[in-house]
Amino acid sequence: MSETLPKNNIFKVIGASSLGTLIEWYDFYIFGSLAVIIGHQLFPEDAGASALINTLAIFAAGFIVRPFGALVFGRLGDLIGRKYTFLLTLVLMGGSTFLIGLIPSYKSIGYAAPILVLILRLIQGLALGGEYGGAATYVAEHAPKNRRGFFTSWIQTTATLGLFLSLGVIVITKNLLGAETFGDWGWRIPFLLSIVLVVVSIYIRMKMHESPMFSKLKAEGNISKNPLKESFNNKGNFKMVLLALFGATMGQGVIWYTGQFYAQSFLENTCKLDFNDSRYILLWGIAFATPFFVIFGAWSDRVGRKWIMLSGMLLGIIFYRPIYQIFLDDTDFTKIEKADTFSSTNVSTAVLINGTQDILSTLTTKVLLKNGASFNIIQADTVSATKGLLPGKAVMKDKVLPARVFWKFVGLIFFQILLVTMVYGPIAAFLVELFPTKIRYTSMSLPYHIGNGVFGGLVPFIATLIASFAGATPLSGLWYPIGIAALSLVIGTVYLSNKKDERIND
Amino acid sequence: MNALKKFLGVIWLITGPLTMAFLIVQAIQKVGLTHTDIERTNTILQWAIILFIFFPISIGLVIFGFYALRGEYDRLPESSEDI
Repeated sequence: MSETLPKNNIFKVIGASSLGTLIEWYDFYIFGSLAVIIGHQLFPEDAGASALINTLAIFAAGFIVRPFGALVFGRLGDLIGRKYTFLLTLVLMGGSTFLIGLIPSYKSIGYAAPILVLILRLIQGLALGGEYGGAATYVAEHAPKNRRGFFTSWIQTTATLGLFLSLGVIVITKNLLGAETFGDWGWRIPFLLSIVLVVVSIYIRMKMHESPMFSKLKAEGNISKNPLKESFNNKGNFKMVLLALFGATMGQGVIWYTGQFYAQSFLENTCKLDFNDSRYILLWGIAFATPFFVIFGAWSDRVGRKWIMLSGMLLGIIFYRPIYQIFLDDTDFTKIEKADTFSSTNVSTAVLINGTQDILSTLTTKVLLKNGASFNIIQADTVSATKGLLPGKAVMKDKVLPARVFWKFVGLIFFQILLVTMVYGPIAAFLVELFPTKIRYTSMSLPYHIGNGVFGGLVPFIATLIASFAGATPLSGLWYPIGIAALSLVIGTVYLSNKKDERIND
Repeated sequence: MNALKKFLGVIWLITGPLTMAFLIVQAIQKVGLTHTDIERTNTILQWAIILFIFFPISIGLVIFGFYALRGEYDRLPESSEDI
């Protein structure tokens, strides 16, 4: 049945599925990309680093509930069909994102602000948990058997394109409004914009038909009566769920989130790169690497899925520490000689600290180097009414890289995203082929979302946490993705089969 | 290869509880190192999230190891029809 589907029809199916998935990823990512600003809005001003960690915890909460979304919506998808289930997830996701843009700040409603955002974030996570499995299953069930990797890999590109779109909207909004206005209220615009995208996507998805394999099962009266029980109570199926999780999706998840999220967080928070510079680097890296999702997806139709995915994990294990060491070394401006300096200007401000007689005196030195690089040195001292001058520590931030180093960083990010395309391009076809039609949505969604939502989604949170331990180095956080990828590599190598299951209409 | 699968099954069986024990020890240590109430609340929250998530996953790893030890993965299904 699927083999006879006209080519223009399969691209319509891919287009409609991908657009919705792209929007869901966009909705999901803007929160992570704006973590620092949202942290300032949601938590008390004196929360410091714990505001960022707590915001990342809220970000992570969205990932943690994804497996539950996979169970709830996977079950629905196997009972009532793929089309209506992922329409529902789209509405939930879009509505939650729009509402996050309307939440008042901590200054207005106190701790109700982070609690409301947490609730909306949980709904987003649940919706995303139901979305991906539906889209991947829907496309795979329409695709010809020998090109399943190629066609499902288009769905895979949306996760990266969603990030690309979210970064693009953020950078454009910030440039139009200016940094101060953006930090004040402009950050809400990317959230509010999502409602427009969702309405368009719902219109397109409403015009789609149900998956032919599911329709056939339904017509024959063979749909599962209890997908959860059949997926996890049947040992034959449950052992494949565990194998998919530990041998593939767990490693794939950490490789993905290290390349796309931890890299950006590391450049901004550890290397203290300028907000726009860190995002432009990621945007270029993603733009160059995205076509490789389709290339590796198509290649997996010829050589199998297993070794492409495991090679991506192996390369990550080998190269992550050297890559991040280069990030650190090339952004270390402390050894700059005076002769390298082109200009240096000082701006000083003094403000009264709220509720006290103390004054916060800030001296910002803007340094421009001859090679085009620049940075700010910020010295914030407190002049206490009772204790006198309390000097603060000078911090170097807002670093702008010289062109040569900028493009070197783009290359290093490109390489990390290339690894993402290796592990992620073939994964949808791999998972679809592992499970039977009547419980496919439920069975493939759970390992996918534990691997990606939990193991992957927690990369920025756990890596930042590890790096904040006493005695840790800035690279210590990388042991988490490296360790998880190594475990998955061993399990995948020993236990997984490279054979493709060409008949999925069972 | 089947002998290696079974041998590694023992490793996964042990790795699950060991990981949990390691995380619990880390959680107790990190909470003990805090100085203020806010710091303590934040640290407890962070580690509670980690333990809550990784506890069922560790159990999953133990079950995976048990299946591997029993030879359940010696022959994988040729297609999803065999499941």
